[in-house]
Amino acid sequence: MNVPPDYSAFPDTRGHFGPYGGRFVSETLMEPLRRLEEAYLRLRKDPAFLAELDDDLKHYVGRPSPLYHARRLTQAWGGAQIWLKREDLNHTGAHKVNNTVGQALLAKHLGKTRIIAETGAGQHGVASATIAARLGLKCVVYMGIEDVERQSPNVYRMKLLGAQVVPVTSGTRTLKDALNEAMRDWVTNVDDTFYVIGTVAGPHPYPMLVRDFNSVVGRELIWQTRDQIGRLPDLLTACVGGGSNAIGMFHPLLPFPDVRMVGVEAGGDGIETGRHAAPLTAGKPGVLHGNRTYVMADEDGQIIGTHSVSAGLDYPGVGPEHAWLKDVGRVEYTSVTDDEALAAFHELARAEGIIPALESSHALAYAKKVAPGMASDRHIVVNLSGRGDKDIFTIAKREGISLT
Amino acid sequence: MSRISGVLDGLRAKQRKALIPYITAGDPHPRLTVGFMHALVQAGADIIELGVPFSDPMADGPVIQLACERALVHRTSLRQVIGMVAEFRRTDARTPVVLMGYLNPIESMGLERFAQAAREAGVDGVLVVDLAVEEAPEFSPVLSQAGLDCIFLLAPTSPPARIAAAAKLASGYLYYVSLKGVTGAATLDVASVAAKVAEIRGITRIPVAVGFGIRDAQSASAVAAVSDGVIVGSALVAEIERHQNEPERLAGLLRDKLAPMRAAMDAGAVG
Repeated sequence: MNVPPDYSAFPDTRGHFGPYGGRFVSETLMEPLRRLEEAYLRLRKDPAFLAELDDDLKHYVGRPSPLYHARRLTQAWGGAQIWLKREDLNHTGAHKVNNTVGQALLAKHLGKTRIIAETGAGQHGVASATIAARLGLKCVVYMGIEDVERQSPNVYRMKLLGAQVVPVTSGTRTLKDALNEAMRDWVTNVDDTFYVIGTVAGPHPYPMLVRDFNSVVGRELIWQTRDQIGRLPDLLTACVGGGSNAIGMFHPLLPFPDVRMVGVEAGGDGIETGRHAAPLTAGKPGVLHGNRTYVMADEDGQIIGTHSVSAGLDYPGVGPEHAWLKDVGRVEYTSVTDDEALAAFHELARAEGIIPALESSHALAYAKKVAPGMASDRHIVVNLSGRGDKDIFTIAKREGISLT
Repeated sequence: MSRISGVLDGLRAKQRKALIPYITAGDPHPRLTVGFMHALVQAGADIIELGVPFSDPMADGPVIQLACERALVHRTSLRQVIGMVAEFRRTDARTPVVLMGYLNPIESMGLERFAQAAREAGVDGVLVVDLAVEEAPEFSPVLSQAGLDCIFLLAPTSPPARIAAAAKLASGYLYYVSLKGVTGAATLDVASVAAKVAEIRGITRIPVAVGFGIRDAQSASAVAAVSDGVIVGSALVAEIERHQNEPERLAGLLRDKLAPMRAAMDAGAVG
């Protein structure tokens, strides 16, 4: 009989999740990363730090986020009950703030005066700029110029919050290049700067600490489903770009074998077209941005451009813990296309009066596929990781509507 | 003894310092690279670092990043770069060549296959920028068994324990990154370089070459005075960038850029 691993024991002391994770960065950053790891391992057991974090999550972020029973959507799709974990109701409109609040507190405790961040859709950039404003830290956000153009409302939001937004013109001009640029800034300014990574990727300890800060979602879900459903749900689903909202929801529930979990990658125009952002579905193991994980690369090992209607999922790598959870079979990974995500986006807006982020719409689209095949006493929780206000221009453009 | 150690020992006996130029293979076109390598040797290069282009060169500044992009326009692959070294070796059996790049293209080719092909082509050493000692224990022995030197980076942030760990796995030379930053960065503080190199020398006997921020004859000779060698990359690659549309002039321009550094370093060694 296979004994399931003790999921709480990962990453190991070298930052590995099985063969994945680790610390693949240039020498200059190795010691700062070791110090960050040491500080985090100390602070995460420090009652004063944890009390400050809890207080921020409650009074600044607005946690706990509701678990909402989407009855009209359930009726429309038929089959399993659809529940939404409303991360879109957090301050700044997405799950990203759970992590930035935590990392900014770390920065403060480490005496750093400047934070930097990379962003794709702009949600992590906004969440970083927000917490920087509140703590009086200088904030610089790197963003691929292609994303600057397609997510202009968030760019303006960051500027209103006092952050400097640096458009990145190298490489594919999207999230992966913004991450490269942020890493270059960090290696140059490592003495006074804290790099707030926005997802569960990057060198150890980032995949661990970003997961831990987002795990508040799954921890709430355990008591919320017991209160509202009377038991744990049958299926959890979340979109996976880097995978921070998914791991935050999944991780606390990994020890419960009856809870099935499915991560949904961006299928773009369809996996068969090659124009997608689904490394777990169609990529292979490699090393990118400081960790070993599944990546999208060509036969020469060069990282290839990705495509997704959703800027937040448009990334050729994925958090190393997801890579490992895929290999050990605890979490399943699949993809939905741009069109499927858009259809789900509209259906939620009309059925429930909730405009979801395009990222989260991928998880919804998966729920729509599987709900009809499940009995009505089964329960699906979708991580509604963000709200869709930022996406209205993208959607209008795609549908040929002018908003100006 | 490896070709790299042979060259460095010979220089040390003559109280000279190593001049180690870096160029990105395939920039601005793969057919030019071997000619550039020979030109660098003519200008006084002791060892050549040949960059393997990568789509996401996280540790490099804008100059080398753009060089990678120019090389990748022509899909310059790791296999092709190894082929360039083989071609270079047909007429130069003496000058060591170190491949410098990132891990993913090597793993994509397969580590053992890479080590074998590199060795057969006449590559002497390998420096993987995003592979620090922690992740190297499975990697370095494969290279060593193929007779390749493993070059590791050390940085201003490396504490004594890390220096010792790198020295244990390293051979050939250690590459000391002179500043906190990316390749091609502006400021270079020779006094702090001297102090750190002295610290490294207190821990290991492996020669220490210094790179990042060396752009002209003056900085080359100043750094050479306190180390075993200087590595010049972005200053040369910037020359290629500036004149990328005049390919016939590039070899000469590289020679003109490097030769004064050689002269200044040798004058410094005498004086």
